[in-house]
Amino acid sequence: MTTGTPTVQATKRVHVGSEAEFEEGSRKIVEVDGKRVGVFKYRGKYRAYLNVCLHQGGPVCEGKYFPRTTAEVNDGGELIKEGSDFDSAHLVCPWHGWEYDLATGEHVADSSYALKKYTVTIEDGDVYVQQ
Amino acid sequence: MSRELYTRSNVWVENTLSNAREQAADRGYDDFLIVDVDAHHYENRAWADIVPFMEDGPMKEWAHAQVYRGSTGGASMNASAALTGVQIGNQEVGGRIVRAGRNFKDAVTEADDERHHDVVRMLWAMDNMGVDYTVMFPTPMLNLGMHPQIEAEVSLARAYNRWLTQVLLPQDDRIKTMIYLPFNDPKAALEFVEEFGALDSVVGFMVTSVRNRMVHHNDYAPVYSAIQDLGKPLAFHAAYNWNEPNLAQLNKFISIHALGFTTSNMVHLTNWIINGLPERFPDLDVLWIESGLAWIPFMMQRLDNEYMMRTSEAPLLKKLPSEYMRDMYFSTQPMELHHNEKALEVTFEMMDAPNRLLFSSDYPHWDYDLPSTIYDRPTLSEEDKRKILGGNAQRLFKLPDGVRKKLARATDW
Ligand code: FES
Repeated sequence: MTTGTPTVQATKRVHVGSEAEFEEGSRKIVEVDGKRVGVFKYRGKYRAYLNVCLHQGGPVCEGKYFPRTTAEVNDGGELIKEGSDFDSAHLVCPWHGWEYDLATGEHVADSSYALKKYTVTIEDGDVYVQQ
Repeated sequence: MSRELYTRSNVWVENTLSNAREQAADRGYDDFLIVDVDAHHYENRAWADIVPFMEDGPMKEWAHAQVYRGSTGGASMNASAALTGVQIGNQEVGGRIVRAGRNFKDAVTEADDERHHDVVRMLWAMDNMGVDYTVMFPTPMLNLGMHPQIEAEVSLARAYNRWLTQVLLPQDDRIKTMIYLPFNDPKAALEFVEEFGALDSVVGFMVTSVRNRMVHHNDYAPVYSAIQDLGKPLAFHAAYNWNEPNLAQLNKFISIHALGFTTSNMVHLTNWIINGLPERFPDLDVLWIESGLAWIPFMMQRLDNEYMMRTSEAPLLKKLPSEYMRDMYFSTQPMELHHNEKALEVTFEMMDAPNRLLFSSDYPHWDYDLPSTIYDRPTLSEEDKRKILGGNAQRLFKLPDGVRKKLARATDW
């Protein structure tokens, strides 16, 4: 146990790789301040999340991507069909299937659960991540 | 074009449980005993090993023919449909959930270890989660109670129990079982209690709840008496049966899973209490496995309310149904965790959780729980957490004192 004023430490910036390595939809898991972080390139933008699911702490960043499942109801209230929306990517935790919007890190059913975000910066064609 | 983003190919996961291992280290699980009263293996991988343990006769011929279909000579892992009945399901939500050892090979599969794969896999999971002792149950056989041929349940279960207790369990004393009882045949169930009851690796007996047998039938009295005399508990392990007429209306796996696991135990628990079995077998400990916790307050309120109006229908009872329930044991998983700390707190209080609740993971089934589901509850004291995670099970199963090596070894797998 320590007491007194905590010193604010600048967190370390971690080199993830060169931009050329990141194809659309690809990811890398890197270690930042001793924690595993998933860095994703999705729709041309980079996003980074802590690899800890809000459910039971599963390795969410190692999960699969799935399209959002949709359902179509007609004007008469009849269910026409279910389908997939490939314009909306869900990152699915491999432990029990909690689905997060890859673009925001929020649980798709309850946005009060949001993955911890990390900051991604690009410099001279290289990708960096930090807390 | 954008379709490429949504690759459904396997994602390489070096160790699916490394986050579990970190949780165990952060929370100091090496300091106290953790017992997992419900974890599974996939006995369907081993039909070729199990069938030779069947007694000679037409059932063995039948089982052998399912395992070695066709003329290629190889054993079929897919014999379960014919042997135990088909369980329809979408466990992995269309491939979203990734399970070690099921969806891809993991380091354990390749481990250079002479012990049976199922033992190695179980120990790997236990070490990563910080579990000292585990009670191991089968998987497809959870539905064997619906097999229309009673002798199929008896002969397969006998072979499975012999294989489990003679081959697997002697390989590590951290893995125990509760013996699968062929409940459709009460005489055979009694034989099983006599054959396996004295083994150290056998910490109790288990009835799979998916079946249509009245637990209060007098035919079971000798079975309950024998188990009571042994001083080992009797468990009812829930599952779902999508062919159950009432439940067959449900169109989604989420629905049959949510209701099937609870209703299968609700029916047996209601019969158990209303017919006075706690009074008829007062020293028989009963454990209800895998229905979560939310059904417990529901059953307590519902049965008490009805009993107060209709006591003449339950003449053996000397106290309220909820009071009998407070004498029973319940396993934790799958704990209803979503935004309901208050409801959990009330549930813990109503069921006397610090003395009656037993941690279970159900690993590696898709909705498994980690010990943190209990350890992270803000309303439980440290002492109560430890009792639920291990102390209560240690007392019920008479397990030895002392924490077993676990976390240090988890990094070696
Ligand atoms: S830990 Fe991610 S879904 Fe359970």
